[in-house]
Amino acid sequence: MSRGFFGARDPFSHLFREMDRMLSTLRDMTDWPGPAWVERGRPPVNIWEDSEAYFVELEVPGLKADQVELSVAGNELSIKLHWPEPKEEGVTYHRRERRAGDFSRVVQLPGEVQADAVQAELQYGVLKIRVPKAAAAKPRKIVVAAK
Amino acid sequence: MANETRVKRRTEEGKVEHLRSGTCYQPVVDILELPEEIVVQAEVPGAKPEDIDVNFEDGLLTIYAKVEPRQAPDTEFLLREYRVGDYHRTFRVSETIDSSKIAADYTDGVLTLHLPKAEAAKPRKIPVKTGE
Repeated sequence: MSRGFFGARDPFSHLFREMDRMLSTLRDMTDWPGPAWVERGRPPVNIWEDSEAYFVELEVPGLKADQVELSVAGNELSIKLHWPEPKEEGVTYHRRERRAGDFSRVVQLPGEVQADAVQAELQYGVLKIRVPKAAAAKPRKIVVAAK
Repeated sequence: MANETRVKRRTEEGKVEHLRSGTCYQPVVDILELPEEIVVQAEVPGAKPEDIDVNFEDGLLTIYAKVEPRQAPDTEFLLREYRVGDYHRTFRVSETIDSSKIAADYTDGVLTLHLPKAEAAKPRKIPVKTGE
């Protein structure tokens, strides 16, 4: 056990430990960690709507259509994404920020949807899903009868 | 002299100013080295191929991709977990690169750059003779 020059209560060893801790925090902050969501395991989504449908969008760079699995149950849209592991042999990685593996996300939409009419398209690494609203969830214009 | 003007190098890392205002994002990258080349894979989802700009000058590799908003500015999001903007990132490449042979390919939102090593930088096997 190292006691340091000043013994167990060495003020400097505490200081050095503290500096080490601060430096490692700084390293974590400055070392670009890649997409921040990977740690949480939840691919981020953007959702908006118009009067006819809900739209769900995700950025899925590198994925082919067959690496995306979508399903709808009730008003829940389930999204599964599979990024294949990159090749390792004969390659030295200088930076490795892109993710690999399986990620999924379940999104609960605020209204009833038409599960059989969901459409999805993939372009330039952006997945856009259109989930049509069920008749009950669409805004209805009510005619006011003048008397 | 009071009237002195200092001209700084335009390509200095991290000091580049953009014409377009708005947030710029750092693309996520993998950089791998093979015996003959260095490969950079940068994720720029949403960028159209014609809006991607790659520049290699004085050992600095710059990737710039313009990304237009995909939704109308007045869109009210029910959930907004990410934002969209241009991508920009610069790397200093210390290897000697044959810049005339740099090739780029863009598929599914991933830009792949092939930077072939210059002849002098390629690993060379030196035959060892044994004295008999």
